Amino acid sequence: MSVPLYHYLGLSAILFAIGVAGVLTRRNAIVVFMCVELMLNAVNLTLIAYSAHLGNVSGQVMVFFVMAVAAAEAAVGLAIIIALFRNKQTVNIDEINILKW
Amino acid sequence: VSVESVIFYCVAAAAVITAVLMTLQRNPLMSAICLIANFFCIAALYLILQAQFLAVIQIVVYAGAIMVLVVFVIMLLNLGDEAKLTERLDIRKVAGTTLVFGLLLELLYLVGFADMTPSARGFPLEATDLGTVESIGSAMFTQFLFPFEITSLLLLAAIIGAIILAKKRV
Repeated sequence: MSVPLYHYLGLSAILFAIGVAGVLTRRNAIVVFMCVELMLNAVNLTLIAYSAHLGNVSGQVMVFFVMAVAAAEAAVGLAIIIALFRNKQTVNIDEINILKW
Repeated sequence: VSVESVIFYCVAAAAVITAVLMTLQRNPLMSAICLIANFFCIAALYLILQAQFLAVIQIVVYAGAIMVLVVFVIMLLNLGDEAKLTERLDIRKVAGTTLVFGLLLELLYLVGFADMTPSARGFPLEATDLGTVESIGSAMFTQFLFPFEITSLLLLAAIIGAIILAKKRV
């Protein structure tokens, strides 16, 4: 194999940082949600790179579980966004402050 | 330079570019399309890493199911006037970007230690059937049977939670 492991890990780190940047700077709740998905994918890439590196299938099974959690998170998160939009008529996370005291 | 490394660097560049475009797009629908392209790039990387089954699952579950749900919600909410979400350059954006660069440097610093793992000599060549349905299935239904069953419970809870949250009146 010609591509060393740390190139995969570096790519994963860059993708994770881009996801964090999106979560911290964007104000649209749906875009923030998509950036969280990007961070999950970056971690999945790390798990699969180590799985191939060590010749062990456990990392791939773990990625499968992460995908199941991501699917559950997508269903619940989007339902929360719809419920918020129904109450507040906005998805701007600056105006969604009903949990703030 | 082997074919594999050329493919890797091209796909990696495409993944980074689509990820950056996703965070910079004003229109959430364009962000979603960039994210779908990014998911396809990551699926290609899974194929390079001998994870055939997960590459297919990545496209079916992420690019298929989850992103269809996201695009459906974007269209349902009909967020026409993006101007209301004023994404101006304020102190939070500067602080956030600074923090992200700190995080990126820290992560890349840690990645530098990654090759100190015991078997850093390279990918094992005999493990060509690593990511097949058979090997993942046998691991999932023997070693990871209990987490697998818990996952079904989690999905059931998510289904019920999503229906209750999105319902008009409880």
